[in-house]
Amino acid sequence: MREFHLKTPIKDEDIADIRIGDIVYLDGIIVTCRDVAHRRVVEEKRPLPVDVRGKAILHAGPIVRQKEDGSYEMVAVGPTTSSRMEKFEEQFVKETGVKLIVGKGGMGPGTERACKNYKALHLVYPAGNAVYAATKVERIIDAQWKDLGMPETLWVNQVRDFGPLIVSIDTNGDNLFEKNKVEFNRRKEEKIKEISKQVSFIK
Amino acid sequence: MSTLTYEYEPKTLSPQATKLRDMLVSYMKIVSRRLPDDVSKKLVELSKIEVDPLQELVYSTMKENQMLAEKLKRPSCQDTGVVQFFLKVGSNFPLLAELNDILTDTVVQVTKEAPLRHNAVQTFDEFNTGLNIGKGVPNIITEIDGDSDKLDMYVYLAGGGCSLPGIAKVLMPGEGYEGIVRFVMDQMTSYGINACPPLLVGIGVANSVEMAAMNSKLALMRRVDSVSPNANAAKMERLFEDGINYIGLGPQGLGGKKSVMGVNIVNTARHPSTIGVGLSLGCWSHRRGRIILDKDLNYELPLNKGVEL
Ligand code: SF4
Repeated sequence: MREFHLKTPIKDEDIADIRIGDIVYLDGIIVTCRDVAHRRVVEEKRPLPVDVRGKAILHAGPIVRQKEDGSYEMVAVGPTTSSRMEKFEEQFVKETGVKLIVGKGGMGPGTERACKNYKALHLVYPAGNAVYAATKVERIIDAQWKDLGMPETLWVNQVRDFGPLIVSIDTNGDNLFEKNKVEFNRRKEEKIKEISKQVSFIK
Repeated sequence: MSTLTYEYEPKTLSPQATKLRDMLVSYMKIVSRRLPDDVSKKLVELSKIEVDPLQELVYSTMKENQMLAEKLKRPSCQDTGVVQFFLKVGSNFPLLAELNDILTDTVVQVTKEAPLRHNAVQTFDEFNTGLNIGKGVPNIITEIDGDSDKLDMYVYLAGGGCSLPGIAKVLMPGEGYEGIVRFVMDQMTSYGINACPPLLVGIGVANSVEMAAMNSKLALMRRVDSVSPNANAAKMERLFEDGINYIGLGPQGLGGKKSVMGVNIVNTARHPSTIGVGLSLGCWSHRRGRIILDKDLNYELPLNKGVEL
């Protein structure tokens, strides 16, 4: 477990040595972007109204408060399940040039290919820690696609020391969760056998 | 841009009903940021076991987050869920007739004040109501408790990540309780991993699919360290707890020594030809509250020692 500090814009060489299980803290721009935004870019071929090239996206639907002067305040922000975006992510990375995809839980082969071919990382922020993350948001500098409602709006955040972000897929396409899953499933089968022997309550 | 809107006309509440609503608004704000005592205690225990650097980092982030949420008075997780109420109410509780209106208005108010996330999407018309209420939401599940004059209510903020793994099925008796084992275990390594472990696992056993599902959700209302009063069910709880822990999901599914905060089974009788089984998961941020009220609205908060409204 090594620790890295990244700053947007991120270049290919900044993340070339980072491996699964490493920890990243981010300075710069991270944009919340989830289900419908991915669908719009990939299926409806609409350009993302925010330039995320060299920057980060966050699979998240935050709680945002609008202040009296019309500006926004980040109240609570944390990741949502990344695998819902798996279907779109390879194409999305290709189209947008995004470098960090931050979310929760693992992603699949499409994202592995994207991370390898277009040099990007998938990272997880420990979900449920939404106030901690919100305190790392210095400012919300823009909001696009507000028609999608509070959770799905593209909130453009300027962050400092945003993390801990745990690398789940690296630029070799290695996948931490898939590796873990092999072991989890082996142990699971072992236990299914063991428990099943002890629950013959129907005699 | 969607032009659909959700019409909400607040009902005029009686003075006592208004008082109850205001109490519940205060309580729900607390529930949205402070974990119940049983969960906090369990998380401290687990954090002492998960001492590898990565796991330790996650647990210390969780601890820091809960402190910040309390200090800044904000919801501790951004997904404040679809609000669910499970109530047991006596026919002589004076506000019985107004309860549905009270609870709906509570959600509208607390959504503004906490603030909670807008999580009610009208199905088929597919738009977010922006109020956190919608058709059938909040979920209000009521059991009549004879002629008592009390209300005993759980409130649960059921997030998307931990609702997603929910599943129910009817097994053939030939598959036996052994069938339940695979049903539960398979879901742990597929969906459970994304439901923000350490998890509270709720298992329901019944005659049919909806009863089993409801039992599994009621199992999440029990304390994390509670034990089923049925000896065989208690044995199965223990076996599952050991077995799922052995998988070693760790915090956030990143791997570790433990996977769960607890396993609770709630069972009702079955049909001779069926075994209904349901599974519901609670995440580590298990925001479940319980309030017990008498006819004069004196209250107890058995899950939140020292909290006053
Ligand atoms: S599963 Fe729970 S802790 Fe995780 S994001 Fe959802 S509500 Fe928050």
